[in-house]
Amino acid sequence: MKVLISGGRIIDPSQQIDQVSDLLIENGCVKSIGDALDGDGAEIFDANGLIVAPGFIDLHVHLREPGEEYKETIASGSAAAVAGGFTSICAMPNTSPVNDNASVTRFIIDKAREAGIARVYPVGAITRESKGEELAEMAEMKEAGAVAVSDDGRPVMNAQVMRHAMEYARDHGLVVVDHCQDLDLSAGGVVNEGRISTLLGLKGMCGAAEESHVSRDLMLAELTGVRVHIAHISTAGSVEMVRRAKRQGLAVSCEVTPHHLALTDAAVAGFDTNTKMSPPLRSEEDRSALIEGVRDGTIDAIATDHAPHHLDEKMFEYDRAPFGVVGLETALGVAVTVLQHSSGIPITRIIELLTIGPARLFSLPGGTLAKGASADVTVFDPDGEWTVDPKRFKSKSRNSPFAGWQLRGSIVATFVGGREVYRRTITPSA
Amino acid sequence: MPFTRKDLLGIRELSVEEITTILDTAGSFKEVSARAIKKVPALRGKTVINLFFEASTRTRTSFEIAAKRLSADAVNISASTSSVTKGESLIDTAQNLQAMAPDAIVIRHPSPGVPHQLSKMVNASIINGGDGAHEHPTQALLDAFTIREHKGRINGLQVAIVGDIMHSRVARSNVHLLTKLGAHVRIAGPRTLLPVGYEGLIENSEGSLTVCEHIDGAIAGSDVVMMLRIQRERMTDAFFPSLKEYSIQYGLTLRRLALAAGDCIVMHPGPINRGIEISSEVVDSARSLILDQVTNGVAVRMAILFLLIGAEGS
Repeated sequence: MKVLISGGRIIDPSQQIDQVSDLLIENGCVKSIGDALDGDGAEIFDANGLIVAPGFIDLHVHLREPGEEYKETIASGSAAAVAGGFTSICAMPNTSPVNDNASVTRFIIDKAREAGIARVYPVGAITRESKGEELAEMAEMKEAGAVAVSDDGRPVMNAQVMRHAMEYARDHGLVVVDHCQDLDLSAGGVVNEGRISTLLGLKGMCGAAEESHVSRDLMLAELTGVRVHIAHISTAGSVEMVRRAKRQGLAVSCEVTPHHLALTDAAVAGFDTNTKMSPPLRSEEDRSALIEGVRDGTIDAIATDHAPHHLDEKMFEYDRAPFGVVGLETALGVAVTVLQHSSGIPITRIIELLTIGPARLFSLPGGTLAKGASADVTVFDPDGEWTVDPKRFKSKSRNSPFAGWQLRGSIVATFVGGREVYRRTITPSA
Repeated sequence: MPFTRKDLLGIRELSVEEITTILDTAGSFKEVSARAIKKVPALRGKTVINLFFEASTRTRTSFEIAAKRLSADAVNISASTSSVTKGESLIDTAQNLQAMAPDAIVIRHPSPGVPHQLSKMVNASIINGGDGAHEHPTQALLDAFTIREHKGRINGLQVAIVGDIMHSRVARSNVHLLTKLGAHVRIAGPRTLLPVGYEGLIENSEGSLTVCEHIDGAIAGSDVVMMLRIQRERMTDAFFPSLKEYSIQYGLTLRRLALAAGDCIVMHPGPINRGIEISSEVVDSARSLILDQVTNGVAVRMAILFLLIGAEGS
């Protein structure tokens, strides 16, 4: 079984490759990259004018299964992933039940295998039921296939519990991922605290609610020597703290979401509940700092924090609607449009943040087109213009803040292990 | 000028001309309430639903009377008697109301933005009767009407707004309205109850907005002092230590009022806490226009109903 992806611009930051070449896949693995490769007997994919990159990796996805299958399933989330060019996704543990033990971890892996679309890597909980009290069985979850631990959405408030979690995770070679939010300081908050929250009369969450936990985690990381990964970083202050910690040589990394790169809290003004997520959309100053963090290497990965919610729930009053937006199927378009076209960040850097950047953080296979690697490949049209229509999403949910946006950058095809798992059916307007 | 809006969602989006139109129309309706037979046929055959998700006596009654004096049929629905407590969602409530073909829905809701969400779901005119800490446009309009009635103008006046600024939709709507009409608004209250970025509330206004460090600085030389109600539950949320301390530090007494201009008027959106944010002596003094505000509320709400649903078909 051979596939020849011919004539595309191959960009693989893991090998510093950026050249127009052919990519030959054989038996599910990358066979070679070169000119006029022998496609004899191969299925030919004409990638002329397109970019061929390692399959994208998303460190932060909510698949909602088990427990909330009406929002998303492992299968529908996987389909959304590959439609967005993601071949590997990390499933956050805040399901029902919480992924705090090996049997839930195995359930997720089995379901993903059954779906057979994308590679799904479970993230285990830090504490039992993510209650922030007792440690979850991290070692067993790791053995079952968990790649990191996090109490995403229900941050560990007790610093002593967090310290123990870090020490224990270190013993077992697990990265600790933290959703940094002081729940007291942000109590009742639904949007960023600032001019917009004041204008709209909505309760704000101040930047310090995130930054105080980033600061705490950095200190604990230093104390415990564990690898800490800050999820969905959202304020200028957090970026600066991570920048300084990295300079000091701490084993810390962070990710940013496309929506925090593209939007500010000004988007909340119409009370569209699809602008409600945690952390909230911040100020323009914060947004610029995130873009600078992407540019200078402080930020290591783009992760979507894909958080599907049913339309019925998002039709609630703004302060009662659930936090979260879907992001898998708009990530590339938003990144190309905002980072490349509006901020002048090279496409190679964007691809790095979607491939080898995240792969290294959780020690995942993939993120590379190195010879012999599994042929997880994403082919996209960097100039393809399209209009976001949530009705066309493969995800079960429609809660996107980008509905109606004109984006550049469109996924054309996605391969997992050499097998085509997604092919664009509509040609963009441009 | 003609008033072409479908809804009255907030003051922020209104132009100076629209505000003036409402105030002028209210002026012509005020006389109706002084007649022996307090009724005109302007909205005969129209239906107004008062949908209140929060307790309210004054505002709901005011809207009901306003509708009835215009000969509209007014129906009151409060959350405790509605299906909302049975778990019906906003959209279903809206669709059911819509199915009864009301011409206007007055809504009060504890969540900011509900009138905006509702306005996209129904054809009836939506009137914001107070949405969380966001806006209370009819209150600001009746306040402006009352000020104009007593001062003859709003432009150039010094207006102090004092108290729980953070949770006050009345303060927000008044800041928008008064500064649009050229007043200079000074805000004061405990720092814990002053939301960040409050100075940034106004855009392109003729007037100005200043956040004062101390209540006395806000009151000094004011033409109008507007006190806000302080709620007991703020104390348990650690916003201030005690009602006693609050009343000493932030309450309006005759002594403090002496700092204001000689002909300063005192206002309060009600309900008042006598002896806490405002002393009884001030409430009962000739300076106090608190009851005039209530009277004018009916005229202003008549004007709003008339402008929104009276023009066409009548």
